[in-house]
Amino acid sequence: MNTRVLVAKVGLDGHDRGIKVVARLLRDAGMEVVYTGLFQTPETVAVAAIQEDVDVVGLSMLSGAHMTLAPLVVQALRERGSEIPVVLGGIVPPQDLDELRELGIAAVFGPGASAEEIVSTISGIVAHST
Amino acid sequence: MAAESAQERWRRLFNKEALRPGTFATMSGIPLAPVYGPSDGEFPGNYPYTRGVHASMYRTKLWTMRMFAGFGIATDTNARFREIIRAGGTGLSTAFDMPTLLGLDSDDPMSLGEVGRCGVAIDTLADVRDLFAGIDLSNITTSMTINSPAAVMLALFVAQAEESGVARARLGGTLQNDILKEYQAQKEFVFPPRQSMRLVRDTIAFTAAEMPKWNSISVSGYHIREAGSTAVEELAFTLANGFAYVELAREAGLSVDAVAPRLSFFFNAHIDFFEEIAKYRAARRLWAKWMREHYHATEERSWQLRFHTQTAGVSLTAQQPEINIARTAIEALAGVLGGTQSLHTNSMDEALALPSEKAARIALRTQQIIAHETNVANVADPLGGSWFVEELTDEMEREAEVIFALIGKMGEGSMLEGCVRGIEENWFQGRIADSAYELERSFNSGERVIVGVSDFLEGNDDTDLATLRITNEDERKQRARLQQVRLERDTVKVQEALHRLRLEAGDPSVNLMPALIDAAKAYATVGEMMSALADVFGRYVEVPSL
Repeated sequence: MNTRVLVAKVGLDGHDRGIKVVARLLRDAGMEVVYTGLFQTPETVAVAAIQEDVDVVGLSMLSGAHMTLAPLVVQALRERGSEIPVVLGGIVPPQDLDELRELGIAAVFGPGASAEEIVSTISGIVAHST
Repeated sequence: MAAESAQERWRRLFNKEALRPGTFATMSGIPLAPVYGPSDGEFPGNYPYTRGVHASMYRTKLWTMRMFAGFGIATDTNARFREIIRAGGTGLSTAFDMPTLLGLDSDDPMSLGEVGRCGVAIDTLADVRDLFAGIDLSNITTSMTINSPAAVMLALFVAQAEESGVARARLGGTLQNDILKEYQAQKEFVFPPRQSMRLVRDTIAFTAAEMPKWNSISVSGYHIREAGSTAVEELAFTLANGFAYVELAREAGLSVDAVAPRLSFFFNAHIDFFEEIAKYRAARRLWAKWMREHYHATEERSWQLRFHTQTAGVSLTAQQPEINIARTAIEALAGVLGGTQSLHTNSMDEALALPSEKAARIALRTQQIIAHETNVANVADPLGGSWFVEELTDEMEREAEVIFALIGKMGEGSMLEGCVRGIEENWFQGRIADSAYELERSFNSGERVIVGVSDFLEGNDDTDLATLRITNEDERKQRARLQQVRLERDTVKVQEALHRLRLEAGDPSVNLMPALIDAAKAYATVGEMMSALADVFGRYVEVPSL
């Protein structure tokens, strides 16, 4: 079965170039992609991910709110009994990376991450978690 | 008497202009003419302005080095503004945080984690007062990069200036206020498009009547390009939006000549050097032709497209961030050779975080090197007459006209209707997403190289650049400040002002600016004013599409 991915914009950040491009690149790699649209909350993302029965959640954040909001998405999933892994892409200062991993973010893709890197990392995470 | 030739007219206009101090010669001492070209060719300051809107261009006045800044709470940004002025910046441009841009208060649940992050947090008049403390607003022009709540921010700015004794008529500056590109590209919308255009109309009419030095809209291609469009799409969508605002003002009973001179433009300076220069030249020519021939503007100021430029944020890399200084310098040079009126240069660290003070200073220094060391500002349109640049300019003009025709067709002859329908039908958004995807594929296939990303990776492990840290402490401080204002203000006055705002929002014949200024003076918050309007206008929800 194809890998299913929910890509989501959480919070107030409207930069949607990255998420749309990555969604298409994931489709090109044979994955099924669902896009939540803009201005989601951690709760709406968790509910959608469980309803859509996805293998991985991809967040896109370029407004600097990732340290607050990304862990809340992980928390909202776990509170609902879901172990779906969460990955993050966007503008993330290097010094935030360790803490994000500790808070349960499975991978972080910075600017310049290649399609190959994103696809292979997500495939690896999904293979590992199922 | 024989008609004045273009060259004679240029000479006459040039001789009227004062010149800045400087040596207009090369380093070897070869004297430089203000412009070069055949005597029967085009000249700057002459219709259709391909070669520049002013006869003397940078010989009279260098471009404004307008650095975009904003972070944390108002006092933090005020300190950065003062630093920019001390360092030789000649204009201010305010970046607001996401809650402010979306018309939410800092204590709104949706604002969690976003307060003061990518701009300054503004909730009430008290914040605007701190933002401009010690800065003479009658002496320095201010640009405010805000769109959905643009009318609200203008009201706060007017209220603050009047409180500090500066009459609204003396305020010089620009409101971005370009709502069309929000739906197309930047996605900071609150109300549905047609309701938003009512607010734009009100700001155009209000500033035309009461603020003679104010530019009502900065029609912005920057965000369209950053969202992934091509240079041609940036050019065509932006000018089409400009035509739409002219038509909107005309519907409100204003003449083209009352509104067109108050529109300024804002373009991206991306890394494809010559294409960018051709884009600026084509933009001036297209605007002049459309204003004169299509909208029958009779005043020269209406034909002249003036623009701000910002280097391309998307061209910056997180890898080897110092090399972004070189990218930004090349992009800034394109803006200058293309005849920009003002310029913002990005900082090297912006693919990682908001700029540090040092990185922002280096970015400003980059402009100063171009302005004061390179000698490029001595001759107007130095690339005019290049076979390559002229042909590229013509081709961009032709391709933009094809897009104008498509938009005009969507609007059955109206560019205003065409732009709104194009948004409602996801046409602009779809084209931008397609172009972004095509470009990304060309990077991934190796067809295009990005230094430090797809090639030349040595040095990528060196990640010791100090970046600006914004902590949640700012969010806590701002919420406390807001709480204090809420306690101290006269609640009855606030409720009365908001009630009036709702009533007047329901009557499209009323201009909402006076009600907004009164609400601002009563210390109504940005979130309260925007909610009152949303009660009447409704809220826009974008249908997600990939």
